[in-house]
Amino acid sequence: MSPLRETVETVERASGEYRYGFVTEIDEDRAPTGLNEEIVRFISAKKDEPDWLLEWRLKAFRMWLGLEDREPRWANVHFPKIDFQDACYYAAPKQEGDGPASLDEVDPELLRTYEKLGIPLKEQEVLAGVAGAGNVAVDAVFDSVSVATTFQDKLAEMGVIFCPISEAVRDHPELVRKYLGSVVPQGDNFYAALNSAVFSDGSFVYVPKGVHCPMELSTYFRINARGTGQFERTLIIADEGSRVSYLEGCTAPQRDENQLHAAVVELVALKDAEIKYSTVQNWYPGDADGKGGIYNFVTKRGACRGADSKISWTQVETGSAITWKYPSVLLQGDRSIGEFYSVAISNLRQQADTGTKMIHLGRDTRSTIISKGISAGRGQQTYRGLVRVQPKADGARNFTQCDSLLIGDVCGGHTVPYIDVRHPGAEVAHEATTSRISDAQLFYCRQRGLDPEEAVSLIVNGFCREVLQQLPMEFAVEAQKLLGISLEGAVG
Amino acid sequence: MSEPLLRIRNLRASVDGQEVLKGVDLAVTAGEVAAIMGPNGSGKSTLSNVLAGRDGYEVTDGEVRYDGRDLLDMEPEERAAAGVFMAFQYPVEIPGVVNATFTRTALNAQRQARGESAIDAIDFLKRARETLDRLEMDEAFLRRDVNAGFSGGEKKRNEIFQMALLEPRLAILDETDSGLDIDALRIVATGVNAMRDGRRALVVITHYQRLLEYVVPDSVHVLADGRIARSGDRELAHELERAGYAAFQPA
Ligand SMILES: Nc1ncnc2c1ncn2[C@@H]1O[C@H](COP(=O)(O)OP(=O)(O)O)[C@@H](O)[C@H]1O
Ligand SMILES: [Mg+2]
Repeated sequence: MSPLRETVETVERASGEYRYGFVTEIDEDRAPTGLNEEIVRFISAKKDEPDWLLEWRLKAFRMWLGLEDREPRWANVHFPKIDFQDACYYAAPKQEGDGPASLDEVDPELLRTYEKLGIPLKEQEVLAGVAGAGNVAVDAVFDSVSVATTFQDKLAEMGVIFCPISEAVRDHPELVRKYLGSVVPQGDNFYAALNSAVFSDGSFVYVPKGVHCPMELSTYFRINARGTGQFERTLIIADEGSRVSYLEGCTAPQRDENQLHAAVVELVALKDAEIKYSTVQNWYPGDADGKGGIYNFVTKRGACRGADSKISWTQVETGSAITWKYPSVLLQGDRSIGEFYSVAISNLRQQADTGTKMIHLGRDTRSTIISKGISAGRGQQTYRGLVRVQPKADGARNFTQCDSLLIGDVCGGHTVPYIDVRHPGAEVAHEATTSRISDAQLFYCRQRGLDPEEAVSLIVNGFCREVLQQLPMEFAVEAQKLLGISLEGAVG
Repeated sequence: MSEPLLRIRNLRASVDGQEVLKGVDLAVTAGEVAAIMGPNGSGKSTLSNVLAGRDGYEVTDGEVRYDGRDLLDMEPEERAAAGVFMAFQYPVEIPGVVNATFTRTALNAQRQARGESAIDAIDFLKRARETLDRLEMDEAFLRRDVNAGFSGGEKKRNEIFQMALLEPRLAILDETDSGLDIDALRIVATGVNAMRDGRRALVVITHYQRLLEYVVPDSVHVLADGRIARSGDRELAHELERAGYAAFQPA
């Protein structure tokens, strides 16, 4: 079946409700409500962490205290002040002992949840080539902990490490210690400091020199517990000449309260290495009146540390009540390449302030930014991007294209590009367009047999094509479906 | 004779509060090619848009029956699935959506609405290639965005291509011949004539008689000032060619 057909059919099937809004009944192990040094120690102890990491967290916590009331306020998003003492910073599905040694030990209820989410968790299925399973290794993070990682053995044969970060702390402390916080320092910003203090789990990837990772690596994040935030931390290191493609997917149950998701993702690409990081974010967006939904305040940054390295971010942001997110690239190595491909949808009362930062430091560095923003309903969307060319970045080049598509007349699309060029030879090009889905386009599609929602989905998918093409196949299909589903009801 | 496939009775319609169709009566039977001619602004496109169900065209009186159904009661996409096709006078551009995707999505949406199975990408490609071949169109057409950057003639041919693929029972061609050079006109005519199989009906709207040299109509109707002012056979077209529309223009 073609992606498009699937899109159309899925849109037809879906009732217009958030489809991932179910809650899994499961015993949880939770930290007491609130945030203080004791909680930080509690989390660290739960994970049996070494002293250096506890100290690292405590340092971050103190930095966060110093940043208190210094939440970023420049973003074009509006929400009531968050009471950080009124949340729970650790929730884990209860389990015996240390954690699952294999999939057989994972709570079957959890596996059923992942099945509902369409994640090819079972290695047997994947290996047996069951339809839709694909060649994808999966790490699944449920609330605060990683519950299952598939394909570890097969990857290990090639020296690729793909595991929960808590496991990496235990088994590969030298790598974690060297790189953790090296791209996003603890005090980088309010939410990054918070994450550094209380991060619970997330994925760790190390691809050794010269290895091209043989399969897509993927993490699915799911917030399940009530009153919890999710603070995962992802660290990916691509050693010299290596290559890896990593996918991240997210969902959360439908709840009336707002839930905080403050993740940090750090990428390090050494000489000649290439990292492709794709996200399909579908956290619960809240309802049509703006009740509930996830606050998605995420710091993602990659460092092209070596010459000729490349980092490419692709994101499809359809969910969350509020998105505050700027996946960025530090172009340190000569001739390194940074890319940012983004589709973001704001429907209902969703607010998204998203974009990227490309910091050109090395010579002949290149960056490309393609942003497609779609606003519908009462959604508000801002592209915010920074292109900076430092004095030593001879021959730096950037191309930026920001397109906004508006559906209806009570939504908003805004473009805020910052260009900071400190080198006279830099080539920086910025193009921006704003368009609407016209009545003529809609009617043309309907005359050919598409209903209004199919028509919008088709037109929107066309608008986003350049970005969707960047996604690995497994995710492109999912992303197309999501675009259709997210815009249901956008045309009356 | 059997019940006509399309019967329009006393159709009145307004655009922006202004009455444009002032009581149109017209019947087209299956197998028939009916030409509608008329001066600019007489309401030809309004009639096509009303038949296709476009918003903003308010029907104030009259009825339209199509294949035993109340056409005006159907959504545009229901009409399409029931076999009503309109070739637009000004086809619309859809950037980023390639022709192949667009037509296959449309075809399968219609098939699904009719309870038929979807056509997969491979079968579709085969059909699309055959159709293109027949219309002397390049296969690269399929990979281009819908009408984006097309010349006027390419847009019109794209309409004919879509018609050929969707195989409608009633096709309304709104000035598909306007602005075409003679080669393009011949190709459009080929596409239209291929539709004549005794079961379909075609309403060919044109300003000139030129197309009717290639697509010989069974009946010719003059739409003037929102009404069918005269009906006849193909001779009427020749007469109009000689005498022009002066006799039908409001004084
Ligand atoms: N969308 C529209 N908005 C305003 N006026 C319209 C619109 N469509 C048609 N009209 C008016 O209706 C009349 C008939 O137009 P039309 O149906 O396009 O004629 P034709 O196709 O025969 O040239 C014209 O006076 C035109 O100005
Ligand atoms: Mg016209």
